Amino acid sequence: MTVDRRTLLKGMAAAGALTALGSAVEPSPEARDRRVPPPDAMGMLYDATKCIGCKTCMVACQDANDLPRDTRNSAGLYDAPDDLNSRCKNIIKLFKDAGRMSYMKSQCMHCVDPACVNACMMGSLKKREHGIVTWDGARCVGCRYCGIACPYGVPTYEFEKAWPKVVKCEMCSHRIAKGQQPACCEVCPRQAVIYGKYRDLLADAKMRIANNPGLYEPKVFGETDGGGTQVLYLSKAGVSFQDLGLPDLGETPVPEMQQVIQHSLYQGFIAPVALFAVFGAVIWRNRKSAGEEVKS
Amino acid sequence: MSAHDKPEPIGGPLWTPAFKILTAISGVGALLMIWRFAAGLGATTGLSDGYPWGIWIAFDVVTGTALGCGGYAMAFLVYIFNKGEYHPLVRPAVLTSALGYTMAAVAIHFDVGRTPFIYKIPIFPGWWNLNSVLLEVALCVMIYVGVLWLELSPAFFEQWQKKGAHPALKKIADAFSPIVNKLMIPILAVGVLLPSMHQTSLGALMLLGGQKVHGLWQTPFAPLLFLITCIAMGYGVVVMESQLAMTVFHRRRETQLLARMAAVPAWLTLCYLVIRLVDIILRGRLGLAFAFNVQALMFWVEMALFIGGTAMLFSPKSRGTAQGQFQAAMLLVLAGSLYRLDAYLVAYNPGRNWTYFPAVPELLITVGVVAAELMAYLYIVKRYPILGGAAEAAHN
Repeated sequence: MTVDRRTLLKGMAAAGALTALGSAVEPSPEARDRRVPPPDAMGMLYDATKCIGCKTCMVACQDANDLPRDTRNSAGLYDAPDDLNSRCKNIIKLFKDAGRMSYMKSQCMHCVDPACVNACMMGSLKKREHGIVTWDGARCVGCRYCGIACPYGVPTYEFEKAWPKVVKCEMCSHRIAKGQQPACCEVCPRQAVIYGKYRDLLADAKMRIANNPGLYEPKVFGETDGGGTQVLYLSKAGVSFQDLGLPDLGETPVPEMQQVIQHSLYQGFIAPVALFAVFGAVIWRNRKSAGEEVKS
Repeated sequence: MSAHDKPEPIGGPLWTPAFKILTAISGVGALLMIWRFAAGLGATTGLSDGYPWGIWIAFDVVTGTALGCGGYAMAFLVYIFNKGEYHPLVRPAVLTSALGYTMAAVAIHFDVGRTPFIYKIPIFPGWWNLNSVLLEVALCVMIYVGVLWLELSPAFFEQWQKKGAHPALKKIADAFSPIVNKLMIPILAVGVLLPSMHQTSLGALMLLGGQKVHGLWQTPFAPLLFLITCIAMGYGVVVMESQLAMTVFHRRRETQLLARMAAVPAWLTLCYLVIRLVDIILRGRLGLAFAFNVQALMFWVEMALFIGGTAMLFSPKSRGTAQGQFQAAMLLVLAGSLYRLDAYLVAYNPGRNWTYFPAVPELLITVGVVAAELMAYLYIVKRYPILGGAAEAAHN
């Protein structure tokens, strides 16, 4: 009897391990559907060939989102954030290298399949209307797993506060609700960043490359990168997107590997319930055969 | 089993010099914790937007719960594989687990920024994001802390039912003891199920870090590797705790029993080493191990600790002696702990010149929590029936 039970258990353990391994080694596409942007998806298109680095968008962003000026790097004199942070949801950076130069606008990419949304325990970060990823303070525990997950380093945190918020670009969803556009897009004097329907922007971006192949890198960043983003980028010919600080993610959505493994282990919560039943039965049987009173 | 194998309180004075030192250390931690809640995480930790997680997650929670897997490992052996001879090791193991997991739960309270909202997690199931691996960890750990104290509760009830106990405590024990006894089988089954779930998930958490996690640690096998090593660490902690308790409190040594048990962690860590290395080789990442950087160095330190501990466990000579057992167990515990610290901190690189090193208050709070855990251990083993093998001349 003991031998049977041991064999059974070993077999089960092996089967469980194999399932886990199988799913880990070969993430099957059926295990998780690839996401597409929602039908009402809105987005932004940043064209680095047009940007003159005036930073008007940064000021407009702070005003529209009630953010204080970040004067920590300038002895209190003027706004000078060195990266996205809890006072800066949008930053213009300069790439310069041996005769090549380009400006770069950093803000939330509003991913089609966002890693931060997958990470978030209580759905504080979620793709809400128009596929815009927004933060709901009522649901946020402040665990910062979103910061671990985001491949673009976007979610920032008010580390200096005792009751911190997560701060990131929410595509001015409060302005969009009033029929306005995101502040950065509204003020850009060169229309280097524009707001619009995701599908139109993607077509526009491709058209620009087709009309002016010598001017652009032959790729729209965000069409497929990391499963796609609703904020799209065009870069100057000769300046790669990695030069601009964007990661080379391939086409696989960032959460895919984790989600395929986790969902195959927890499919319908069958495995945990079955394991519980088996453990319970085995313990009960062992107790009975030992003829002991239940005690620990 | 003879009568002296029954667990008994160690007795003796509580307010010893060691206990006073621990009180001071945990007192410092408590004061710093007040400061942390008043001033926020930025003022008291080395955390940043680049490194949103530091030692409070990597050590207190991820490593702390793995160190608390002794109860899980012993429950597997005793209740599932029916090895009743190891029963004397269960109670001390469950105590260290309950304390380890409680420490992790406390750490979460000061690590998250919006602490009271933790309690929204069990209250608002409608908000649950079922794709969140961290949610699974949070729920599992919350339940498991309760399960561990329930598993341990018969030890308290026993003491409270003895002559001389406070009548109120006796009443509590009389009321709840039969209920817990009736429910013990499902409690034990949940107690084996939950760590299998969340220790796997702790390995899955950093998968979401994607390219930010170094190639020697970022692998789809991480959930399995975390599960295997947490069980091995569980046995390691049981052996260390058992040997230390025997030395400090002059209990009868269980060297032969521990030597027989050594085969389990030995085979587990061997499996771990094979999976880890084959995976690295098949993924073409072995070259990373020969780079000149801190990640490669830490990888080899990890490997040396794992291989050293495993080799000692397989050698009949070293696993037959108390000293050999202790050293092997310590190597495995260190190896598993370093694997976790590496996977969460050393392997994590957010780019853009971000760096992380724990701040002094951050470290002292962790040290304070560990000190409080030791105090709780000393108090409970001295006042409640946890350890068996009552004081007598050491055998073996």
